[in-house]
Amino acid sequence: MALFPCTVWKTEEIAKGKFVLQMEKPFSFTAGQVLALALDDSHEPRIYSICSGESDPFLQILFDVNKAGTVTPRLSKMRKGDLLYVSKPYGRFLPDRHSPMWWIATGTGIAPFYAMLRTGYQPVKLLHGARESTHFHFEQEFLSRLGEHYVRCNSGMEEAGDFQGRVNHFLERLHDVPLDNKYYLCGRSLMVVEVRDLLIARGVPYENIVTEIYF
Amino acid sequence: MNSTSQTSRPDERLPLFGKTRSELSDLVGSLGLPGYTAKQLCDWLYKKEIPSIDEMSNLSKKTRQILSENFVLGLQAPINVQSSADGTRKYLFPARQGKFIETAMIPDKDRVTVCVSAQVGCKMGCLFCMTGKQGFNGQLSAGEIVNQIRSIEEFPAVTNIVYMGMGEPFDNLEAVLKSIEILTADWGFAMSSRRITVSTIGIIPAMERFLTETSCNLAISVHTPFEAERAKLMPVQQAYPLKQVIDALRRFDFEHQRKLSFEYIVFGGLNDTPLHAKEMARLLNGIRSHINLIRFHPIPGSPLPPTNEKQLQEFKDQLNQKGILTTIRASRGQDIYAACGLLSTKALMESR
Repeated sequence: MALFPCTVWKTEEIAKGKFVLQMEKPFSFTAGQVLALALDDSHEPRIYSICSGESDPFLQILFDVNKAGTVTPRLSKMRKGDLLYVSKPYGRFLPDRHSPMWWIATGTGIAPFYAMLRTGYQPVKLLHGARESTHFHFEQEFLSRLGEHYVRCNSGMEEAGDFQGRVNHFLERLHDVPLDNKYYLCGRSLMVVEVRDLLIARGVPYENIVTEIYF
Repeated sequence: MNSTSQTSRPDERLPLFGKTRSELSDLVGSLGLPGYTAKQLCDWLYKKEIPSIDEMSNLSKKTRQILSENFVLGLQAPINVQSSADGTRKYLFPARQGKFIETAMIPDKDRVTVCVSAQVGCKMGCLFCMTGKQGFNGQLSAGEIVNQIRSIEEFPAVTNIVYMGMGEPFDNLEAVLKSIEILTADWGFAMSSRRITVSTIGIIPAMERFLTETSCNLAISVHTPFEAERAKLMPVQQAYPLKQVIDALRRFDFEHQRKLSFEYIVFGGLNDTPLHAKEMARLLNGIRSHINLIRFHPIPGSPLPPTNEKQLQEFKDQLNQKGILTTIRASRGQDIYAACGLLSTKALMESR
């Protein structure tokens, strides 16, 4: 895969161990796409969802620092003017303008939905799962744009206004799950598999479920 | 209560089994043992059958004592075995945190193939797979991978190894490469790399390293040549699109000894049409390879249709007519849940 040099604009720690990295935008993209990113020739590229809007003047990614890893600790220390190597954006986790969408994310799996939101897409619901209240990344922006359509599914400490439990618990308690809507799932594999199974068991055709797994 | 009984501490000694020759050299060096001990350890671990370090009779008593203080042999017996009417056997090995891994032994004429797991569970979440429903519960070490071959009853008769059990091998590349080194090295099991096949859903960077650093065979899980359709079956398609996988494969040589195959689970009426055959032919044009068609036996709750036998045969014929050598893999061990993930998921549910 061809990689191209790309200048870092800034990094910001938005919660403990969670970073946003902003860089120049050498390519246009469609919200929901990913890019491969490498520190240099000696590192294998890793895949990240783009976490900025199509009209934003920059590319942005969201990541957890894996202290034992070789890439994310260095990414978190990047400064303005540093060089990264990125692929052209690609991927099919693309929003559908013609179908009502449900967005379901945990952890940094919120990234493609933030890109979709900033591009102007609106879901029927965004179910955002996290174990700590500081891990609902971009929640103010989601809340202000989506209002009651944004649901914090908090599986950690009880907090007023949150749904207490995981995203699949929220779906289990729904009386009706619209069968003709599209369901976009992004996050760790077990969440994606459990929610996908639950939706299929409720009668949603698997063709209406779009999945992206972080591994 | 006045407790005077000793509290038992977990055995924290590390396993020797699964270490490479160079790791054993480092280890004996760090213990102040003679360098030739590494070669002796390789022989005891990979050429002979002994139950403990105490049986390593050409090592001095002092050396055995030093080793035993820090290490265990590290072999792990299966906790369950089921035998199919067709001779297939499914072994269940304990893994960490009350989880299980599965190993299948498949006899066929003059071959005995062992299908090993590479991870406890899986992260990839393929729609048709039972293992993914367990989630990911950890990586297996090289020793835990090789143990699945060494600790089954049929070990002396094993002719072929396939990494097609639980987990994605290229999501655990270091351990998989190390296990291959142990299986193929002269100091290890000295198997031919031509008898080892690693199956992947196509994690490109790891696949390229595997192809560069080993000469083992490679199998790619395709299941449909159409990218949008594949994305609905296999989430990995988002990160590593099939076209990129095929483009990467074209940079390697499959014209000689190394075999390349494509695994294709056939869902009746879904991915077995003439259009699919035509597109597979276009996709694989110029790549020397073989397609294995695999029957789909529905897993609980699966929305995917089972294989239709008539269409399966027609699909095979269509692919062969387009010049792609295509065979149908015999379904084995259905009476013992031999398909990947079924047995361990059942055991996991029962243990909860």
